[in-house]
Amino acid sequence: MKVGIVGIGHGKFGDRSDATVQELAFEPFKQALNDTKNLRREDIDALIVGSVPEYHKQRSLPGVVAEYTGMNPQSAWLTEAACASGSAAIRTAYMAIKSGMHDIVAVIGIQKMRELSTPEILALMGRVGDVQWESIFGTTFPGYYALYANRHMHEYGTTREQIALVAVKNHYYGALNPNAFFQKEVSLERVLGSDDVAYPLKVFDCCANVDGAACVIMTNEKLASKFTDTPVWIEGLGSASAQMSVLRRPNLVEIPSAVEAVKQAYSQAGIKPSDIQVAEVHDCFTIAEIMAYENLGFCPKGKGGKFIEDKQSYNGGKIPVNVDGGLKAKGHPVGATGVSMATEIVKQLRGEAGKRQVSGAEIGLTHNVGGIGQYCFVHIFKR
Amino acid sequence: MPFKYFGKINFTPYTKVDKFADYLQKGKLMGTQCEKCGEKYFPPRADCLKCMNDAFKWIEYSGNGTLHSYTKIYAAPKGFEDIAPYTLGVVDLEEGGRLISWIKDIPDKEIKIGMPVKVVPRIFEEIPEIKLYYTIEKS
Repeated sequence: MKVGIVGIGHGKFGDRSDATVQELAFEPFKQALNDTKNLRREDIDALIVGSVPEYHKQRSLPGVVAEYTGMNPQSAWLTEAACASGSAAIRTAYMAIKSGMHDIVAVIGIQKMRELSTPEILALMGRVGDVQWESIFGTTFPGYYALYANRHMHEYGTTREQIALVAVKNHYYGALNPNAFFQKEVSLERVLGSDDVAYPLKVFDCCANVDGAACVIMTNEKLASKFTDTPVWIEGLGSASAQMSVLRRPNLVEIPSAVEAVKQAYSQAGIKPSDIQVAEVHDCFTIAEIMAYENLGFCPKGKGGKFIEDKQSYNGGKIPVNVDGGLKAKGHPVGATGVSMATEIVKQLRGEAGKRQVSGAEIGLTHNVGGIGQYCFVHIFKR
Repeated sequence: MPFKYFGKINFTPYTKVDKFADYLQKGKLMGTQCEKCGEKYFPPRADCLKCMNDAFKWIEYSGNGTLHSYTKIYAAPKGFEDIAPYTLGVVDLEEGGRLISWIKDIPDKEIKIGMPVKVVPRIFEEIPEIKLYYTIEKS
């Protein structure tokens, strides 16, 4: 029996110092309920929260979110896979429904990134790699992606300009998304002229740490038609892990967990890369989107730079990617990101994406990477 | 020399491979080798990834290698602001395995992926508490 999405909600991403974490969660949850027809809150029999707990002052988020959204006494739990926690939660919901243990599950991806001070956040982020052999030298999150970028440029001749073009594209689409943190276009010169973060990456190569929440309500094929006329089915799922330490990875030009996860997803859905009509990929840094084109098979290995240069990832190109602005322009509230990606694909497949609509899209993909590639979840959606 | 003295800020004061710090203080860069299947590890591992055997011996690494990738960190995490900006390199070691550390005394313009480098054990002299580390230098 198929499993799909019958309701979606998406809060405003950005500096949300106006709201607590549970108040943030309430916004997309209410929207998602209203997005269905006739679904009552008490019909939902489980709540799964996707989030990274160490960013919050509040401990054990599912407890406070279940109470504030009025989900007690239903089952509630947390899934964590770093920046891929949201997609991990969707995968968990899929398993719960597929097994028959739960019928209707609400998934809320949520993160407040701005509750901690900047030094606290930087210290946390510095420990995203192996703390025994790497963090002791002051590694950083952008630093790891900079290692990928330099190696990619060395092996494939990818240029600094090609990498920057990812930011130009994603800001162009962010300007069309009212939920995005940055709703302004940027020029190539502006990206290349921005401050250094970790050579060769600059400020405009990095996504912003923001607060935000998104929600999807999932159910099985039998019940879906009661709650929506436009269900979107999850027809392929893939999930894989890779070494915590870059020192033990086979190479620094691809994310091996992504390559493995997407293979599983294509196989389950019975499709090939060229069948994808719209994709949401994990562009935490510009180079990450270039590697994603290659790892997902949208272009040959090493040709990611050319793919963006030829505008193949724009609406109208071979495979439109991140036409909602991506992490780059929306901002990246880590636990919310995977769920946010799913809401965009649902909108696209329903034909409700407005100015960012990819005409006639029937098959979409999300690619959500955790940490510096330790986890990857890929989902393929069909209407 | 407990492992807590390894690194500018150490997050793992206890480990089964804590003799690494002892050797490093004596100027030796050591990896581990599985007693059973002979697999070599840098960074050191107490437990063999291949055959799961938990007995290992220490073997010395030459420190010779080639630069696999690098980056210059401008936005530093807490505890590293005082040395920023600093350049980090990833080195493929001659005997196998990799390490990451600071690149020392090589001008930015001369840093090239694929260049031969030498990893040198060092002790911080400018901070009061003893701290061991290694740097990536011209070979």
